[in-house]
Amino acid sequence: MKAMVYRGPYKVRVEEKDIPRIEHPNDAIVRVTLAAICGSDLHLYHGMMPDTRVGMTFGHEFIGVVEEVGPSVQNLKRGDRVMVPFNVYCGSCYFCARGLYSNCHNVNPNATAVGGIYGYSHTCGGYDGGQSEFVRVPFADVGPSIIPDWLEDEDALLMTDALSTGYFGAQLGDISEGDTVIVFGAGPVGQYAAKSSWLMGAGRVIVIDHLEYRLEKARTFAHAETYNFAEYDDIVVEMKKQTDYLGADVVIDAVGAEADGNFTQHVTSAKFKLQGGSPVALNWGIDAVRKGGTISVVGAYGPMFSAVKFGDAMNKGLTLRMNQCPVKRQWPRLLEHIRNGYLKPNDIVTHRIPLEHIAEGYHIFSSKLDECIKPVIVPSAS
Amino acid sequence: MPGTPYLPSKPRSTPSSDELRARIPGWGADLDPKDRPSYPRERFDPGATGAHWEFPERQEEKWPRERSIEHEFLTPVFGTSTPPRGLSGALRKYAYATYSEGRAAHWLILMGADRVDAIESHLRSFATLRPDNPITETGVLSEFSRGGLSSRVGRKRVDMSHTWIDPILVAGPWVLAGVVLLRLGRRVSSARG
Repeated sequence: MKAMVYRGPYKVRVEEKDIPRIEHPNDAIVRVTLAAICGSDLHLYHGMMPDTRVGMTFGHEFIGVVEEVGPSVQNLKRGDRVMVPFNVYCGSCYFCARGLYSNCHNVNPNATAVGGIYGYSHTCGGYDGGQSEFVRVPFADVGPSIIPDWLEDEDALLMTDALSTGYFGAQLGDISEGDTVIVFGAGPVGQYAAKSSWLMGAGRVIVIDHLEYRLEKARTFAHAETYNFAEYDDIVVEMKKQTDYLGADVVIDAVGAEADGNFTQHVTSAKFKLQGGSPVALNWGIDAVRKGGTISVVGAYGPMFSAVKFGDAMNKGLTLRMNQCPVKRQWPRLLEHIRNGYLKPNDIVTHRIPLEHIAEGYHIFSSKLDECIKPVIVPSAS
Repeated sequence: MPGTPYLPSKPRSTPSSDELRARIPGWGADLDPKDRPSYPRERFDPGATGAHWEFPERQEEKWPRERSIEHEFLTPVFGTSTPPRGLSGALRKYAYATYSEGRAAHWLILMGADRVDAIESHLRSFATLRPDNPITETGVLSEFSRGGLSSRVGRKRVDMSHTWIDPILVAGPWVLAGVVLLRLGRRVSSARG
């Protein structure tokens, strides 16, 4: 089969690999019909995530058709059209039993601090991902769901991570009616977090980025007020002005490890890997939120330390809430919202790229060329 | 007269809920936290996941699978992508076997192993029919077909302050390796001559 393969920082290519096999009785093999490149894949692509091995296939956002199931699989059969959460999880450990699917303890031998994620380094379990023609899906009775007939493929694809994570990020903010919410980052997760904040009753939703075309999307797609931080000497002061000097009630960090806006922070983390991630957006959030406010973090950071302004967070009495999204928990309610017309996930898809051209896809997304917001990968077999 | 936060009132700049409900599709649909699927954060319901086991069957371990020493044992299911090999593999196995996730050494050795892995793999590729090609593998030719210049010029992109580092990080080691090989070649030929 054809699969994307990592060849070292900033380098990927398509190779012929063996079709994955059933390795556990509850495995399924899924033929991928659509995949996506996630902003967090860029952290792998840039060599920021420890134990990212040459030869690994990335991709934790994918949908497909069940090709084969293991002997203990009860809920899926060959031919089912399925969406697969980015979390690999067992459904039965201490954490899964409490709904913390992203924190599963039975699927990642390499680290206890993070669960399993498809195609996301050995730090996240060493599973090959879905930017390929076929993928092994462990715990087929637990993770995947059959896609409802009425749901379009691209909308289903976006539910496997970006949409669910944005929606989850807004929930982590504990938004109350009339709250002012600032979302840092106008990428896919930021767009969905902004849109979801309205569902939870926000009074104002403000999105901050430095890419004007993404801010334009935040205005039209997410009905948000927008600010380009490159146009302000100090975006935190501007946010104080815009909130009558109170600060926002809730800040959502939808940027993560490669945040821009401070040369030293960015370069020491994204280029020289001396921090787990650049905490520029997180630190701006700590300053821009009001005392007693809540910070929601859904941007991805590496496991190393980062220079976070923890003293201010403590002195301001902030609540910091964060996690990888337990994706499948979000789906029933998200399907209702899509069906009611409140959300149209694939409005943010800008590029559809054949698997064979995935190296260009990574470069376009990484370098923010061609007004790229969300690239979708189309395997040739589909 | 000062306003909030110097007084107890809320900010003046927030529109009313009625105005927002009329303007934003779905505004307030999840106003009640009980409608939010991740509320409360932890909800004990082991029957809701589809798992029909208390502890999963164990996947076969086909090579000594490296694992965090913070785990009591190898997890019953694990990824089987890219087993460790070469010097990078030895470094990875050492990092897992020696240091917990709480130690910086654990992560620093793994990051170092990633760099070693890239070098090993590039060298290994030269012994195959498909050597690494930094032009095609970086996708850099899309700079010409997807508006490399127009996506950057006049756009106030703050990442322009460090974009110049990327070519050095990517091409630098290749150039360096070329120079070293060239010098070695010259030395060998002059020693023979």
